[in-house]
Amino acid sequence: MGQLKLSVNGRAVSRDVPGETLLVDLLREHLRLTGTHVGCDTGQCGACVVHVDGRAVKACNVLAHAVAGSQVTTIEGLADGGGLHPMQQAFNENHGLQCGFCTPGMIMSGVDMVQRYKAAGRDLDEPAIRHELEGNICRCTGYENIVKSIQSAAARM
Amino acid sequence: MYATNYHRPATIEEAVSLLTGNDEAKALSGGQTLLPTMRQRLAAPSDLVDLRGLPGMTGVSAGDGTLTVGAAVAHADVAGNADVLRLIPALAGLAGRIGDPAVRHMGTIGGSLANNDPAADYPAAALALGASIVTNSREIDAGDFFQGMFTTALEDGEIITAVRFPVPEKAAYAKFPNPASRYAMVGVFVARTSAGARVAVTGAGADGVFRHSAMETALDADWSPEALAGVATPADGLLSDIHGSAAYRAHLVGVMARRAVAAAG
Ligand SMILES: Cc1cc2nc3c(=O)[nH]c(=O)nc-3n(C[C@H](O)[C@H](O)[C@H](O)COP(=O)(O)OP(=O)(O)OC[C@H]3O[C@@H](n4cnc5c(N)ncnc54)[C@H](O)[C@@H]3O)c2cc1C
Ligand code: FES
Ligand code: FES
Repeated sequence: MGQLKLSVNGRAVSRDVPGETLLVDLLREHLRLTGTHVGCDTGQCGACVVHVDGRAVKACNVLAHAVAGSQVTTIEGLADGGGLHPMQQAFNENHGLQCGFCTPGMIMSGVDMVQRYKAAGRDLDEPAIRHELEGNICRCTGYENIVKSIQSAAARM
Repeated sequence: MYATNYHRPATIEEAVSLLTGNDEAKALSGGQTLLPTMRQRLAAPSDLVDLRGLPGMTGVSAGDGTLTVGAAVAHADVAGNADVLRLIPALAGLAGRIGDPAVRHMGTIGGSLANNDPAADYPAAALALGASIVTNSREIDAGDFFQGMFTTALEDGEIITAVRFPVPEKAAYAKFPNPASRYAMVGVFVARTSAGARVAVTGAGADGVFRHSAMETALDADWSPEALAGVATPADGLLSDIHGSAAYRAHLVGVMARRAVAAAG
């Protein structure tokens, strides 16, 4: 397999990885970016959500080679400079996590939905947030505060 | 996952030549079905031929009473496309309720039709609207394309390049999602076309998507939810599993069909 080139959190990355390498394995095993979690093996839990060219995808369900040339953003790349991203800040303030396992995926999905709704000029109200979170499962079932966090971040983004 | 070689061809011709003459090669689109299957070691292709972004397989175009969707168009892009929203809003609505946002960013219409999952949404739209499945070598009428659970008319190495939908007078899709997987427990797509009413049911048939001719006859006489009140759906040949019995699904078919006709107006 040829050299795979892409950008991860704004850094150019070049790696020689086998064809079957999943994006999540490239991130976690090869680049040691372990903020992206793996919670299932079926593409259902959303713990592995990252952004590829600005869109949320499940990194366990995408081949690394399929995103060659793309810009990938993980939870590690969200905060720019010193401060937290408004979505991270909102999860902190609203206690939007319990064990924290689902949190990276929740935050990446949260940012994606806020950006999409803003671009389309649509209102991201509570039912919309709940609908948008269909692909993110919280084993601690702390959805109440997750929804609140996203709602509060949406107002600040 | 077993070892595999990844290919990104530049043209449809190159993709077809990589796939033909190699039994172990498989087309890859969004990977939202194929990659989980490979991870469970239920599939072990030696080579994956990525079709996303191939010229001739992207974009949506409207013309002459039809709407053509490139096979590699993602569900989210069908859901948000201005032409789809204007001409067949029921199709946009269907695409926007497949799985979840991250699945919709990757999964494609071509991959969904080629896979022909008995609980998938797109097969119902293709069959009810009388779509043509355009491949690298021919056009296949949706009525001939679906040949039973996970089985289609596609030959080895043949790839779907686009799907052409005749624009109906009105249409709607009603889905009762399985609360865990989001796939259809039962989904009914109804369309009123120049050739009459068409009703396609997904999620329920043991052989995959099917047309409900008794409902079509009833709707031809009177396009209204009430017209479906007395139309029976036999439970024979319907799926029965831990999620619902055949009788339960037969009942849901009636409920979803009435909701769809009401929504179509
Ligand atoms: C969590 C989750 C929830 C989902 N929920 C739903 C749902 O509610 N409803 C629903 O309908 N689906 C659902 N899906 C499936 C999803 O819609 C898939 O995107 C779709 O079934 C397959 O499309 P794909 O582009 O990902 O195809 P792939 O996974 O890449 O390919 C699927 C199969 O089709 C073949 N193939 C792909 N493209 C072509 C082509 N152009 N020509 C010929 N053969 C081709 C491949 O070789 C493979 O055998 C869900 C998936 C997940 C992971
Ligand atoms: S680990 Fe990717 S969806 Fe669960
Ligand atoms: S906080 Fe524990 S899984 Fe969500």
